[in-house]
Amino acid sequence: MDDNRIATHPILTWDRGTPVRVTYDGRQITAYPRETVAMALYAAGVKQYSTSSRFYRPRGMFCAIGKCSSCMMRVDGIPNTRTCVLQVQDGMDVETQHGDGKFPDVQAAMKGVKEKNAEVLVVGGGPAGLEASLWAAKAGADVILLDQNPQLGGQLVKQTHKFFGSAKENAGTRGITIAKKLIEEVVATPSITVYSGFTAFGWFQGAVCAADQDHAVLFQPRKVIVATGAAEKMLMFRNNDMPGVFGAGAAQTLMNVYGIKPGNKVLMVGAGNVGLIVSYQLMQAGIEVVGVVEGAPRVGGYLVHASKIARNGVRIMTRHTVLEAVGSDHVEAAIVAEVDEKWQPIPGTEQRVECDTICLSAGLKPSTELLEQAKLDLAYTGELGGWVAKRNWAMRTSNPDIFAAGDASGVEEASTAMMEGKIAGLQAAYDLGHTDVPVEEQKETRYNLDDLRAGPFGAKICIGLKCVEVLE
Amino acid sequence: MNHFETGVIDLAYLRDNGFLPSEERQRKGPVAVIECIQEIPCNPCVSACKFDAIGMDGINGIPHVDFAKCTGCMSCLKVCPGLAIFIQDKSKVKPSVTVPYEYLPLPVRGGTVTLLGRDGASLGSATVKFVLAADTMSRSSLIAVEFDDSTLCEQVRNIRVG
Repeated sequence: MDDNRIATHPILTWDRGTPVRVTYDGRQITAYPRETVAMALYAAGVKQYSTSSRFYRPRGMFCAIGKCSSCMMRVDGIPNTRTCVLQVQDGMDVETQHGDGKFPDVQAAMKGVKEKNAEVLVVGGGPAGLEASLWAAKAGADVILLDQNPQLGGQLVKQTHKFFGSAKENAGTRGITIAKKLIEEVVATPSITVYSGFTAFGWFQGAVCAADQDHAVLFQPRKVIVATGAAEKMLMFRNNDMPGVFGAGAAQTLMNVYGIKPGNKVLMVGAGNVGLIVSYQLMQAGIEVVGVVEGAPRVGGYLVHASKIARNGVRIMTRHTVLEAVGSDHVEAAIVAEVDEKWQPIPGTEQRVECDTICLSAGLKPSTELLEQAKLDLAYTGELGGWVAKRNWAMRTSNPDIFAAGDASGVEEASTAMMEGKIAGLQAAYDLGHTDVPVEEQKETRYNLDDLRAGPFGAKICIGLKCVEVLE
Repeated sequence: MNHFETGVIDLAYLRDNGFLPSEERQRKGPVAVIECIQEIPCNPCVSACKFDAIGMDGINGIPHVDFAKCTGCMSCLKVCPGLAIFIQDKSKVKPSVTVPYEYLPLPVRGGTVTLLGRDGASLGSATVKFVLAADTMSRSSLIAVEFDDSTLCEQVRNIRVG
């Protein structure tokens, strides 16, 4: 049987524990306790998780962080299970899902809904949510933190590179080190209660309903901070749903959280910071990056990131796009072509690039589902990735009890997300009358945040913010 | 400008814009070269320098090394998130370059490695002068390589083991 697990890595180590037994379509696969179902299957060489409901096309994972539903399978008889966020258990029975799932036994599936009061409810345990929880708690509030992944940290736990930004904040420190510190602090704070594996899915007259595989809880919060992050955008090309085409973030999840090789030959699409950084991380995991394709005439991310991979021999192909994924049930190659000034492929420039994985890093879209359900004033702001909530300088939205922070409030990066989370967490606590942290701390953070955005790379963000930072 | 299309920074651009130390300075001792030519919000190199040799106009400014103050101590190499800082040294019998390195396997002292340029192309082989393995999770390993041809100092920016 295949084992795509990474043995040695220059930055990371994995404590996998003792294998558990998982059955996949009737055969045994090796899985480790901390792995999710989708990750364990991928490590065993399984790339297809379901067939689509209309045309029965093979489908694999896409986001690997519980957002896109591409990895849904039947687990212990329950269909539509997002296998990328569900941890394996000994004796688990996993089946490929063909088409729509059949609803299982209603009585067995619904075990009753509990109710829970909360002062501050933080949805999302990434950089923004962790900081929001910590600072709301420091100011004196009781906090409940929900996160749909088996472990806290969001995308921060995948950032093996050293952070940019200000030395006053965390620059020069690896994202994984910052994540570890924040998570330890959250866990050690008695006034923060963490619900891991809980997805917040519904807004009911000020209450938020969340559930894991076995329980549902209706939270009655006084203030809510939505820090649900963002999801990778899909690109339009032939066979873009083929297993082996997935977000660059999914590649990071596979290799940097679980120590599993996303592929052996990877084509990266998009030369923004995510595409460049993940390309570098792929090479650190011993994986060949066959090229980076970018539609724009120049690299969109930091030049230093591009230089880092260029000096390792990776070809960056600006003014190029991907036209097609080639293969039958998984990627075997990609067809790429040059584009003109209007981003239209130039006929005759098509070339076949051999690869087994196509990683997309064509930008992110804020995850605003909860904010939409709460009927907040949103504005479409291309500079920030799509629809985002209007708010004041302290991240308070058009509903004074709801705050947004991090990528969910506009796509930027982890350093700014942490600062936004801190500002929102403090404001939520202040609004409840908790003032254990002086307001100068919040003001200074906002000042440093503006300072970070003051350069050319922040210019686009500032244009976007002008449209949405409009409330008093 | 070509480097924004390929990621390969143009050596002439570095030379013409004061990013490289003079021949005279390089013959005096090791010196840092910062190949960070774009305004990005990042400044840990500035505070890492104990000799106040790195100037920057605000957090979005471009770092400039005062080559007279720089001692080539390597503190900035360890913290630079862009892995964009290198040490050039033409003061010894054998010229050398020190590069940050975050791959496995690490080379060994005295071993032979392939020298790579900014575009990843081979520039021949060289002997590993020293290996400073990463000391904490936040540091990068530093590899110094020495060779005979001093003109390589401006070109070697990476190594390949084996």
